[in-house]
Order: sequence, then C-alpha cells, then structure tokens
Amino acid sequence: MRKQLDQRYFPGFLPIACLCLFLLYAPLIIVMVYSFNDSTSITSWQGFSLRWYKDVFFGVEAAKFKSAAANSFVIAIAAATVATFIATLAATGMLRAGAFKGRSLSFALINLPIMVPEIVTAVATLIFFSAIGLTPGYLTILIAHIVFCIPFAYLPIAARMQGIDGSFEQAALDLYATRFEAFRYVLLPLMAPGILSGYLLAFIISLDDFIITNFVKGAGIETLPTAIFGSVKRGIQPNIMAISTLLLVVSVVLVTLSWLVGRSGQRLENDQQ
Amino acid sequence: MAAQLPGSSRPAGGIYSGLGMPLIMPAWLCIGFFLLLPVAIMFVYSFLTKEFRGGVIWEFSTAAYDQFFFYRGLFGDEPRQLDWTYITIFARSIWQALVATILCFIIGFPTAWFIATRAGNSRSIWLFLITVPYWVNLLIRTISLKFLIRDQGPVNNWLISGGVIGEPIHMINTNFAVMLGLFYSYLPFMVLPIYASVERYNFALSEAAADLYSSRWTTLRYVVLPAVKPGIIAGCILVFVPSLGAFLAPDLLGGAKNFMIGSLIEEQFKGNAGNWPFGAAASMILLSLVLCVLIFYARAQTRENP
Repeated sequence: MRKQLDQRYFPGFLPIACLCLFLLYAPLIIVMVYSFNDSTSITSWQGFSLRWYKDVFFGVEAAKFKSAAANSFVIAIAAATVATFIATLAATGMLRAGAFKGRSLSFALINLPIMVPEIVTAVATLIFFSAIGLTPGYLTILIAHIVFCIPFAYLPIAARMQGIDGSFEQAALDLYATRFEAFRYVLLPLMAPGILSGYLLAFIISLDDFIITNFVKGAGIETLPTAIFGSVKRGIQPNIMAISTLLLVVSVVLVTLSWLVGRSGQRLENDQQ
Repeated sequence: MAAQLPGSSRPAGGIYSGLGMPLIMPAWLCIGFFLLLPVAIMFVYSFLTKEFRGGVIWEFSTAAYDQFFFYRGLFGDEPRQLDWTYITIFARSIWQALVATILCFIIGFPTAWFIATRAGNSRSIWLFLITVPYWVNLLIRTISLKFLIRDQGPVNNWLISGGVIGEPIHMINTNFAVMLGLFYSYLPFMVLPIYASVERYNFALSEAAADLYSSRWTTLRYVVLPAVKPGIIAGCILVFVPSLGAFLAPDLLGGAKNFMIGSLIEEQFKGNAGNWPFGAAASMILLSLVLCVLIFYARAQTRENP
C-alpha cells in the first residue's frame, strides 16, 4: 500500500520499534556472550571458553548454587501447582457461576497481589510470620510464593475459559452428566492449554522472585535469585554471568513453550468456529 | 486495565450458578489470610514501639510516622522540626518513577502502534519478542544492565575505542542509571496494554480524519490518542506503580547515594537500621500512594465507560 495514503503508517515508528527490541535484548545478549569469555576479569575478552560453566557446576561455589537451584525449582513446582489449582477453581467461579454477590470484590481480591507493590507484600508477610511465630524457612517461602502466583496463573486460565462457549457444558448436562462430570470431562480438557499456560507463568514468576523471598527466607535457605544477589553484592563475577545465562535459557524455553501452547489453543478455538 | 482483564466483564451465565463463592473460597482464604491480614497487621505494627535490632514492643506509639516527617534532635527532646530526609527520598522515588514512565511511553507507544498495525503472523512474533524479556528474571536483567554500563563496561569501551569519548562516562550509581534501570525493567508493561488498545482502534476514524484534510500527526493527536487513552493510562500505571516501590534497580544501579523507597524499607528489616515500625510506616505510606494512583485510575475508567 502506498505509505502516503495508509493512515496506519507513521514515519519513524519502525526504527523506534527496532530500538525498543534492541534495548530489551542488547544487555541480555552481551551477558550471554561474555559468559563464554576465557578470562578471570569481566572486562576484557580473551577468547571463547566454557570454563565458567564448568565453574558453576564443579567450582568452589558449585554446592551453594546447586542447593539454591534445587530449592528454587522445588518451591516453584509446588507453588505453581497449588496456585494453578486455586486459580482454576476461582476462574470457574468467576466465569461459570453467573452473577453473585461479592463477584467484583473477588475479582479485585484475586488481582490484589499484582496491585500491592512487591516490597509492601514482602514487609507485610515478614511481619505476619513473625507475629504468628512461624519460623522462616521453606514453608514461609512456599506460602508467600503461592499467594503472588495466583493472579499470574489466573489470567491465562480466565482468558482461555472466556473463549470457551458455555454450551458445551450445557450439552453435557442435557445428556445427564453431573456438574462435576461436565467440569472433569468437558471443561477441563478444553481448558488444558490455558491451565498449562497459567502453570508455566506461575512457575516462572516463582522462580524469578527475589524481594519477597529475600524477606521471608530463613538464614540458611537460599533460592537462586537470593544466592545470585548475594554474590553480585561483592561484584559481578564471570560465573554469575554463566548462571544468569542458564537461568535466562530456562525462562525463554518456558515462555516459548507457554506461547506455543497458547497458540495451539487459539487454533483449536478457530477450528471450532 | 481492570476493564480489559479477562474475568472482569459481565458474567456469562454458567452451569455452576450458586457455586460462585465456594469455588472462589480457596483464593479468598489464601490471599485474605496471607496478604490482606498481613497488611492489616503491618498497619498495626506501624503504630508500635520499636525494639532494637528488629521486632516490636507492644506499646502504642506514633514514633514511626513522627520520625518520617519530623526531626526532634538526637535525643528526641527538641521541638519538632520538619525533616526532609525521608520526604526527599519519597519525592525522588516519585520523580524517578515518573521519568521512567515517560521514557517508557516515548518508546512504548510507537512500538505498540507499529506492532498492532502488522499483519497476523508477524504481529504475533513481534508481540512474543516484546513479552520474552519481561519473563526473564528481573535480577538477571538488572545485573546485565549494570554490566553493560559500568565504567569499564562494554558501552564505555566501545565508545572509547570508537573515539567518541576520551574518558569513560560515569553512569553507574547515578540517578540516570536508576531511571534507565526502571525504564528497562518495565518497558514491556507499557507496550502490551497500549497494543491491546490500538488493536481495537477503528482505523476508519483515521481515514475519515485524513479525508477531512487532517495531517497524520494532527490525527494522532486529536483522534488516535483520545481513542486509545485507556490503554495508555493502564500502561503508565503498570510502569509507574512497580517503579515506585522498586528495589533491585535502585539498589544495584543507584548505589548508596540514590536511595529510593524500596531500599529505605528494606534497610529497616534486612539492613542495619532494624526499625520495624518505621519500615511498616514507610510501607503504609507507599501503599497509600499506590492506592491513590489506582483510585484515580478506576475513576478515569468509570468516566470513560459509565
């Protein structure tokens, strides 16, 4: 189309969009590149090497990072599972139960963990655990993570549920299914992409969290972000760049997975229509 | 944002009517017991007496709020004077969050517009590329930025070897670095809601304006911007609110001189200050600021769609 006539075209918007991508990716790519640097200093480039990856897995700090990684993944899996379960029920209540008293309040409540600044959540949770005398540890981290994962699991699940026509379940009821059976055999399979998507996002959110974890973790327990933060406080070391690259790859893989699942879900929806 | 989020629109009828509350109950219990109640307790703590090295003594006191606004001398017995220390920290945080929001808008709006005007597949790939960095660990992103703009970092090295500058530009531990960090952290938050708005924008309006001899930029100003305003406001709030209470960017990029609210609060619990009531009070003040912003937003929303 001729640009002069196309009202969607604005001169300069393409370069800005490219600049936006560049700004978002440049730091990450440079850290990735430098994680392969064969030098003990992070400043000068001395050729390609995998020594810092070897250092992460077998070096002096390997034990610390391995246990931190294990903690992170165990907590993320547990928190995402519980949060997804709660969010699925909540989405069903919000979208499949018609109008009821307290619905809009419930909506605000589910999104509350996103609205409250993270540092405030961290402070409130720390004070709460201290007030009820719960010793900081795995349990406190897990509880805090479940709470802030709920809205992130909820969003893709609710988005998906909104796209599914209620007549499928209605048909199931007409064929003498119980309401539970309609949920289990009709709604849930249709919901699968949304639920998986929500689970993955909750998982990443939990894996990423630093501030809240830092407040509610006990003295001896570290997750990957808190361990990395502790190291970075003493200056950026090359092994940190290797760990960052590994964690970055995990995040990107999970997001891509979630995106592909979401797309296949959309395709399914289009096929139905 | 609320009006665009899934689940916020009018409830469709469903087969579980009557079960609404029971189904949402687990979420209520979880968030109510582990977030609402803690915030309430935090409010109570902000009116208690501090115990040295963390914790509180159960005695009513307004010392925390008093300390925030006033100075009473080293021993607390002088007449009170307005103390600007903490107010300045809050003002600086608001200022930096504002600048970051404006920067995000300047880059984010054209990007969102550009993406929304792509055809199907290329659009979803662009959208995906914008989303990915958001899901990458914020700590790692901040560290990457710190690595990049250090005095001996790649940016300075390239500029020097390119002959653009002679001495490294000192960027780390400045206000500029903090703003850049906030901008970099929350840029995707600006793009996505604006994109959602532009996507629903009816381009026939632009065509009509052009037929009436409006220039492209006049159309943008008087037709497009008002139409996509909800998305812009949502984007600004999604950037401004987390920027205000940010901890990582000011802490890692700003250093000790560029204290922001987040670091101030953190220090009361994790650092050397160890003043829990004061930390709770500062958190309450931050939370009230955020609530004001959200209420303003909610009212703007109702005015848009009464």
